[in-house]
Amino acid sequence: MIEISNVSKSYGSFQVLRGCSASVARGEVVVICGPSGSGKSTLIKTVNGLETIDSGEIKVGGFRLAPGVTEVSALRRSIGMVFQSFELFPHLTVLSNVTIAQTKVLKRSKAVAEEKARSLLARVGLSGHVTKYPAQLSGGQQQRVAIARALALDPEVMLFDEPTSALDPEMVNEVLDVMTGLARQGMTMVCVTHEMGFARSVANRILFMDGGEIVETADAVKFFDDPQSERAKAFLAKILKH
Amino acid sequence: MMVDLSAIASSWPYLMRGLWFTVQITVVGVTGGIVFGSLLAVARLSRNRLVATLATAYVNLMRSIPLILVIFWVFFLVPWAIGWMTRSGRPVAVGASLSIFVTFVLFEAAYYAEIVRAGFRSISPGQYSACEALGLSKFHAYIYILFPQAIRNVLPILLTQTIVLFQDTSLVYVISATDLLGAATKIAQRDGRLVEMYLTVGVIYFLFCYAASQLVKQLQGRLAYGAR
Repeated sequence: MIEISNVSKSYGSFQVLRGCSASVARGEVVVICGPSGSGKSTLIKTVNGLETIDSGEIKVGGFRLAPGVTEVSALRRSIGMVFQSFELFPHLTVLSNVTIAQTKVLKRSKAVAEEKARSLLARVGLSGHVTKYPAQLSGGQQQRVAIARALALDPEVMLFDEPTSALDPEMVNEVLDVMTGLARQGMTMVCVTHEMGFARSVANRILFMDGGEIVETADAVKFFDDPQSERAKAFLAKILKH
Repeated sequence: MMVDLSAIASSWPYLMRGLWFTVQITVVGVTGGIVFGSLLAVARLSRNRLVATLATAYVNLMRSIPLILVIFWVFFLVPWAIGWMTRSGRPVAVGASLSIFVTFVLFEAAYYAEIVRAGFRSISPGQYSACEALGLSKFHAYIYILFPQAIRNVLPILLTQTIVLFQDTSLVYVISATDLLGAATKIAQRDGRLVEMYLTVGVIYFLFCYAASQLVKQLQGRLAYGAR
């Protein structure tokens, strides 16, 4: 489904991605983890072209991204993305947030789009909030709206960029529950997250990144029980201590 | 010196015609200025260097010359320009009103452009990413997502600029146009009623601007997202 081949990227003289290669199969859930500044977010953003790449190639479904490829709208339509800071549209109601791309990008009729939006909002447990504005919702609720908004375009892949990092601790689980439900239904997912419990129980595979490289790729359970690289061991020791 | 109220009453219809022209200039200046100004703002933020530079140059030029000079220029130069473009070789009269409307749109657009640009700047970069990730075209993103937020963020400043514009309309006296102040001046000089006329228009300007600034105050309180 996703094929990342030898992708590199620099900001000026600072190299954020160094020859990253990875693949994600249809229906697979892959978690990218690693210390901050390791290039996780940059890597996930290259998959839908939010970050350009300097070399290498990325294939998603039938689409191809490479340096200089600028036609990315069709690719983006087949990929849903959820951001750390939600990025809901503050001037639109919850319902409009979920319908806008349906009507403008997929040219669905208003009625069809709203029906779809309502069923998705019900799925993320927010049926009672359709007429509210994002600012009237809690962080966890906003992030669930953002997930519904991304799902509204019937994506084949969902990207999550630290979806729970901006949330108060008591709201983390309501978002993880929605993500777990999605994974169980067979959605192909790539998540950058620090939620190791989620990674262990839901992910099929872990990509461990450090210093812009993919240092280790392993089955989720194996990664936590028996990390191979020294850097992964050090990272796990730090975050699993308490 | 006695203030003669009947002088005001008898000249009232003429003053109102002047006020009507003042309002027309303001409405055309605001609408055209915001539309053209928004395009300039988008152009200034463009990644296309040439487009951005041209827009920046235009805005900076307009902001460095007095309005009164632009009114003058457009009134005298546009007839020549049209004459030149139509190859008739001689100036084509466009009329004071049209040249004033054109002037205010061209001039105020530069100021509105800077305000709208500040509005775009105040939107978090993540909003742009969200639009891109959803596959929204640039046009749709600007129209439905970014522009409404930009305008909303700077609405009080836009209104303040509009109050300034309303007052600046009085400068059209340089080409003898009959706006509110122009009408008052003509009557004042014809009838020798300077005190009555200038006091009256002063009150009218004040009432309009005061009402508008109250509106700005009200809006500022109500603009926070979710507070409705």
